[in-house]
Amino acid sequence: MDIAVATRPCLMEVQACRQAYHKDASADLVVLDGVNLTLHEGEIVALLGRSGSGKSTLLRIVSGLLRPTAGTVLWRGVPIQGPTEGVAMVFQSFALFPWLTVQENVELGLEARGVPRAERENLGEAAIDLIGLGGFESAYPKELSGGMRQRVGLARALVVHPELLLMDEPFSALDVLTAETLRTDLIDLWMDGKLPVKSILMVTHNIEEAVLMCDRILVFSSNPGRVASEMIVPFPHPRNRLDPAFRQMVDDIYAVMTRRSVPEPRAAAAAPASPLALPLQRVGTNLMSGLMETLAAAPYNGRADLPALAASLQYEVDELLPLGETLQLLGFAVLEEGDIHLKDAGRQFVDADTDERKRLFATALRAHVPLINMIRQVLDERWNHRASAVRFRDELEDHMSPDYAEDTLRTAVSWGRYAELFSYDEEAEQFSLEDIG
Amino acid sequence: MSATINTSLAAGRRLPNLWDAAALLCVFGALIAVTHIARGTMIPIDAPGATEVSLDPWHLPEYAVRTTMRMFAALVCSLIFTFIYAAAAAKSRRAGLVLIPILDVLQSVPILGFLTFTVVFFMNLFPGQVLGLELAAIFAIFTSQAWNMAFSLYQSLKTVPADLMEASLSFHQTGWQRFWRLEVPFATPGLVWNTMMSMSGGWFFVVASEAVSVGDNTWKLPGIGSYVAMALEQKDIAAVVYAIIAMLAVILAYDQLLFRPLVAWSSKFRFETTAGATASDPWVLRLMRRTRLLQLVGDGFGDAAARLGGLRLSLPLPLRPRATAARRPSRVVDGIWLAVLVGVLGWAGYKVVGFAAIELRWSDLGEAVLLGLITLLRVVVLMILASLLWVPIGVWLGLRPVWARRAQPVAQFLAAFPANLLFPPFVLFIVYFHLSPDIWLTPLMVLGTQWYILFNVIAGAAAFPGDLREAASNFRIGGWLWWRKVILPGIFTYYITGAITASGGSWNAAIVAEVASWGDTKLVAHGLGAYIAEATDKGDMARVVLGVAVMSCFVVLFNRLLWRPMYAYAQRRLTL
Repeated sequence: MDIAVATRPCLMEVQACRQAYHKDASADLVVLDGVNLTLHEGEIVALLGRSGSGKSTLLRIVSGLLRPTAGTVLWRGVPIQGPTEGVAMVFQSFALFPWLTVQENVELGLEARGVPRAERENLGEAAIDLIGLGGFESAYPKELSGGMRQRVGLARALVVHPELLLMDEPFSALDVLTAETLRTDLIDLWMDGKLPVKSILMVTHNIEEAVLMCDRILVFSSNPGRVASEMIVPFPHPRNRLDPAFRQMVDDIYAVMTRRSVPEPRAAAAAPASPLALPLQRVGTNLMSGLMETLAAAPYNGRADLPALAASLQYEVDELLPLGETLQLLGFAVLEEGDIHLKDAGRQFVDADTDERKRLFATALRAHVPLINMIRQVLDERWNHRASAVRFRDELEDHMSPDYAEDTLRTAVSWGRYAELFSYDEEAEQFSLEDIG
Repeated sequence: MSATINTSLAAGRRLPNLWDAAALLCVFGALIAVTHIARGTMIPIDAPGATEVSLDPWHLPEYAVRTTMRMFAALVCSLIFTFIYAAAAAKSRRAGLVLIPILDVLQSVPILGFLTFTVVFFMNLFPGQVLGLELAAIFAIFTSQAWNMAFSLYQSLKTVPADLMEASLSFHQTGWQRFWRLEVPFATPGLVWNTMMSMSGGWFFVVASEAVSVGDNTWKLPGIGSYVAMALEQKDIAAVVYAIIAMLAVILAYDQLLFRPLVAWSSKFRFETTAGATASDPWVLRLMRRTRLLQLVGDGFGDAAARLGGLRLSLPLPLRPRATAARRPSRVVDGIWLAVLVGVLGWAGYKVVGFAAIELRWSDLGEAVLLGLITLLRVVVLMILASLLWVPIGVWLGLRPVWARRAQPVAQFLAAFPANLLFPPFVLFIVYFHLSPDIWLTPLMVLGTQWYILFNVIAGAAAFPGDLREAASNFRIGGWLWWRKVILPGIFTYYITGAITASGGSWNAAIVAEVASWGDTKLVAHGLGAYIAEATDKGDMARVVLGVAVMSCFVVLFNRLLWRPMYAYAQRRLTL
C-alpha cells in the first residue's frame, strides 16, 4: 500500500519548515524546526504528538493560515500564499457560527466563493445528507449535540470539495462513543470513495485514533517540534482495536513517545544556561499521589505498561505522559520503553501519612526543581521573607515563552504550597513564608 | 425560533390577515408623522409657530413625536459613527492608537456644557433656519449616545473568537463578508444593549437641548423638553405633570415596540454554544413573525441584507500572519505616525495655553478645582446613600424570582426616564420650605441614575447560584455575616457595573441639577456643575471650557483610580 501511495501524485509538500516566535532580547522561541512533510493523493496521515509539540501549528501552516518563519510550503508544486483553494479545515472546537443555521453554516465556504444561491443550496443539501445531518438543516448549532456539531463542521468542509481535508483534533472534544461513531462513519465514507477529498491530514494526540484511521503516522517530539518518527500503518480497513498487531503498534508508538523525552536533558536544545530553563507541566499533586498509589497497588505492583494503564484509567496519552514525566522529574518513578515503574522514593511516598508525604514532596522539589529551590532560598535570605513573583516570571521568560513561563510559575506555586515550602498571595503576586512552620 | 417561521410558511396562507391591516395603519401613520415633521424643519426660524411652544396639553402628542424623532435621528447618526469609528479603530493598529484614548476622554466630557456653542455653530451653518437648531439638538443627543456604542462594537471586534476567525479565513471570506457574517453578528448583542442604554441617556439631553438660550436670545424647538422649560417659566405645575405622563407613554411605547423585540432578536447572535433558558418572545416580535405582510417585508430586508453582506467585496488585504516574526510592523511608518501625532498635540497644547493665558488666571483654575471637589463630595455621598438604599432592596427583589421579574423592567424603565422632568416638584419643595439648595438640590443628581444600581443588583442577586445560597443556609450563616461573606461578594461585579454607570451619569447631571429654577426663583448650589451652567448663561466661553475640562479630569481620575481597579478586582476575584 505504501508503495502504491508513494507513486501517486503529490498534493502538498512542506520543506525544511521552521516556526519561531520572536522574543525580544533573548533567543527566538522555536516551535517547529526542520519539519518535512509530503502528502500524496489517497492517504490519510496523522500528526501525532503531545500538546505543545507544534503539530497544530504545522496544520495551520499547511492550511495557509500561518506563514512559516522559514521553509516552503508547496501546493501541487506551487508555493502557497495564504489560505489555499483546495484545502478545507475541520476545527477542534467546531468553529460554527452560532447565528447561522446548519444549512447556512455549510454554505459559508460556497458563498465566499460566490457560488450562485440555487447551486449553493443543492451542494449544501448534498453535503448535509452525505454526513448524516438530513433533517437538521434549519437547526442552530446550539440546538445540536457535540457530535452533530462536528458533523456540521465536516459537512461545511466537504461541501467545497477540497482536495485536502485538514482536521485539527476533530474528535477530542467529543465523548468516547460519539467520537467512535464519527470516526467509523468517516472511514466508511472514505473507503467507499464517497468523500469528495483526495487526502486527509489530521492532528491528534490520541494514539489509538491515529492507528485506527490513518495510513501513515508522523510522531512529533516537543521542544522544538520535530518529526521524531514516521510509521506506516499496514492494516486494512475496517481495523480491529483488539487485534494483537494493532495493540503492538500502539505499544510501539508509546515507546517512541516516552523514549524521546527520557534521556535528553531539556536544556540540550537551548544554551546550557540557567537551570531555570525547565518548563514545569501543570500536574496536580493529587494526581501524582493518585498515580503513585495506583502503581504501588495490585495489579501493577510498581510497574505498568503505559497503554494498558491509560486504557484502564480512561486517560489519553496527552494526560498520562505529563504525569509520568513529572513523577520522573521528581525522582518518584522512571519511564522507559512505554513502561512506568515506581522508584523507592515513590513507594516511600505511598506508604507515608499526609505530613510525611508533604515532607517527602518538599525534599523532592528542592532537590529536583531549581525554580522552587531558588524561590525558597530567596525567601530565606530576605529579612522580611517576601519576594515578588514578577522577578521569577521575568527570569523564566528569558528561557521560555510567556505562556510556558506563566504555567511553570503557577505549577511551582501550587507544588510549593502543597509542600508548605512557601505561601503565595495571588492578589499581590508575592511569595512569603507566612504560615510556614 | 425558525420553527414558527417555517410553520407559517408551510401553512401557505397568502392572504393578508387582520394583523396586516393594523400593521399597515401603523406604518402609514408613522410615515405621515415623519413627513409632517420633516417639513417643519425647513421653515425659517422666525416664521410663526416655528419656535413657539404652547402649554396646551393637546399639543403634547405632536411634541412627543417630534422629540422622539430627534432621538432616532441622533441614534441613526450614532450607529453610522459607531460602525465607521469602531471599525477603523479595530482594524488599523495606528488608528486605534489614537481613536481609543480619544473615545475614552469623550466619554467623560460633559458635552452638556458645550450646548450653547454647538447651537451657535449649527445655526451659522443654516442661518435663519430651524434646521440649524434641530441639528444642534440632534448633535447634543448624539454626543450622549455614540461613545459607549462605539466602545461596545470596538470591544466586540477585538474579541471575535479565534477559531471562528480561522474558519472564516480558511473559507476565503473576503474582508467585507467577514465583517458582516462574523464580526457584526458577534457584536450585535452588545451593541443592541448599548444602544438601549444610549437611548435612555439621550432623553436627558433631548430635554435639556430643546430650549437653548444663547446670550439674550432663547429658542425653543417644539418638543417635550421645551414644553417643560416653558412650564417652569410660567409656574404651571399641571403642564409639568402632563409632560411627565406624555414622556412615560413615549418611553413605554418605544420600549415595547422597538427595544424588547430587538433585544429578544439579538439573543440569537449571543455567542454561546449551549441552549440556555430563553424567555418568551415579546408580543411585538410575535406579531412580526405571525403577520404575513410584516414577515414578507422583514424577510425582504433580511434577504437584501444577506445579499449585501455576502458580496465578495474586498480590499486586497494580505494574509495577517499571527507570528510577529513573520511580518513586523514597519518602524519607519510608526515613527512618522508618532511624529505627526506629537506635532498635532504640540499645536493643540500651544493653542490651549495661548487661549487660557488671555482669558484665565491661575485663580480660576483653583476655583474650578475647589468647586469640583464640592461636586465630587456630592457624588461620593450620593453613591454611598444610593447604594445603602438600593443594594438591600435589590438583593431582596433579586432573590425572589417572581418579584425580580416584575421589578426588573420597572427599574430599567425608570433609568430611561429623563430625570430632569422630575426636577420641578423638587424645586417647589425646596422653595416652599426654604431649604438649603446646597444640600437639597443634591439628590437630583442621582434621581435618574440610581436605577442603574438597582437593576444591576437585582440581576446579580437573581443570578446568584442556588447551591451557594443553600450552602449558606445549611451552615446557618445569617445576619451581617451573610451580607459580608455571601451575598455582597456574589453581586459585587454587578453592583460595580451599575455604580460606574450611575456615577458617570451623576457627574453629567450635575450641570443641570446644581442650578434649578421655578419662575423667577433660581436655586443655585455650589459646585462645578453650577459653575459651568452659569458660565454658559453668561456666554463666557473660557470658563465653560475650563469647567468642562476640570470636570472631565475629575471623571477620568475617578474612573481610573476608583472604578477600574475595583472592577478589575471584582472580575479577578469575585466572578462566579
